[in-house]
Amino acid sequence: MAKAWRWFHQLGSPKYLFQKTGQWLPWVWAATLILLAVGLYYSLWASPIEVRQGQGHTVRIMYVHVPAAALSMIAYIAMAIAATVGLVWKMKMAFAVVRSIAPVGAAMTFLALFTGSVWGKPTWGTWWEWDARMTSELLLLFLYLGYIALHASFSDRSKADKAGAILAIVGVINIPIIYFSVKWWNTLHQGYSVTEKGALDPAFQTPLFLMLGAIYLLFAALVLMRLRAEIILRNQKSRWVKEWASGSEVKS
Amino acid sequence: MILTLLKRELKVARRNWIGLAIPLLFFIIVVSLFPFAVSPEAPVLQKLAPGVIWVAALLAMLLSLEQFYRSDYQDGSLEQLLLMSSPTSVALSKILAHWLLTGLPLVVLSPLLGVLMQINHGFAHADHTWVLMLTLVLGTPTLCLLGAVGMSLTLAASRNGLLVSILIIPLYVPVLIFGASTVTASLENMRYNGELAILGAFLLIAIVFAPFASGRALKISVG
Repeated sequence: MAKAWRWFHQLGSPKYLFQKTGQWLPWVWAATLILLAVGLYYSLWASPIEVRQGQGHTVRIMYVHVPAAALSMIAYIAMAIAATVGLVWKMKMAFAVVRSIAPVGAAMTFLALFTGSVWGKPTWGTWWEWDARMTSELLLLFLYLGYIALHASFSDRSKADKAGAILAIVGVINIPIIYFSVKWWNTLHQGYSVTEKGALDPAFQTPLFLMLGAIYLLFAALVLMRLRAEIILRNQKSRWVKEWASGSEVKS
Repeated sequence: MILTLLKRELKVARRNWIGLAIPLLFFIIVVSLFPFAVSPEAPVLQKLAPGVIWVAALLAMLLSLEQFYRSDYQDGSLEQLLLMSSPTSVALSKILAHWLLTGLPLVVLSPLLGVLMQINHGFAHADHTWVLMLTLVLGTPTLCLLGAVGMSLTLAASRNGLLVSILIIPLYVPVLIFGASTVTASLENMRYNGELAILGAFLLIAIVFAPFASGRALKISVG
């Protein structure tokens, strides 16, 4: 337990975090690229086409859409957790994590909406439908953009961090409320296809789970890269950053 | 303590009554645009009425937020208030004042807008006006509470006017859905107590969390 706490406190040190993420990043990227290559091979070539949905190949969109949608929500929850850690333990690096997740999460949300729309046109015959999941996904995108806009409007970064953290927490309380409210007009969207047994043919599962893993890793890699940039931005004045910038290794 | 703070808010607001009247005027004018834009026919207006009145009320609440926070922040009195009492009670007094001076007048004005939007068209004895007022009574305090959080967060931000709207409107959506759908259910002769109960539940959740969150945010903005 004591060891876990020590590790937790060490993560609060910008220098330690920069060093550690620097060590992790090549591995994360390597795993991402391998999984993405295998996943894309399965989803674009090796997977069967879906006959029931009319135009068989549109099913391949699902392999990007489902992971992006899952990530869009998990990223917001991760943001809120990091925001809580930041506010409760006054840990500045947690705020840097929140700030690093936001744009990646927003991009995932946009990707989920975009791929959903492209899939919906041939399948449902419409680009957009005001159903529960699409609408709450759209509102989720607004919440992400709201956080980014709020964070960008302060000249004082520590105020921006704290205000943004409160917004992230308020937002995460509201996500289930928004979701169940907009479910009111739930019309076209299908039931949960992953958790419901038998809904998804096993042949589609392999590429889907591979892509889920790949997109998770891609998300982690992108967030780590942004986080490293944030750390450098926030610690421009410290000596280790200056030394790092002039080409020397970061030593603990 | 809250009572003293509330008295102060009301006194400050009384000296700026034009500022309080503008959101109400806005409420009426926005609603009166719809007959021009869509159609003056009663059945059409009646169908639009719940949504239009609710959206206009929501925007009027957003517009009126600014004056309860901005000047106090700019002249430094907010800082003094926060030194004097707990941030939660400062936030609560502002929320109460905002509701009493904007939310309540909106509720009182809503029957007039119901008439403009032909809400009782085709019904001889209908209580749609009461339902509309009831949804606003339950819904506008929630809007005040959520708005307070957004406003407190953006006080120290450089771009603020529209920023609050961007932050808060997504959070307003559930209230809007149930507020408008209660009235629609009543217009369609369906039971609406379920929707009313949910509006009440939103209010209770917001009362628990929002004053605290708004207080923390005020402290961050000032501190």
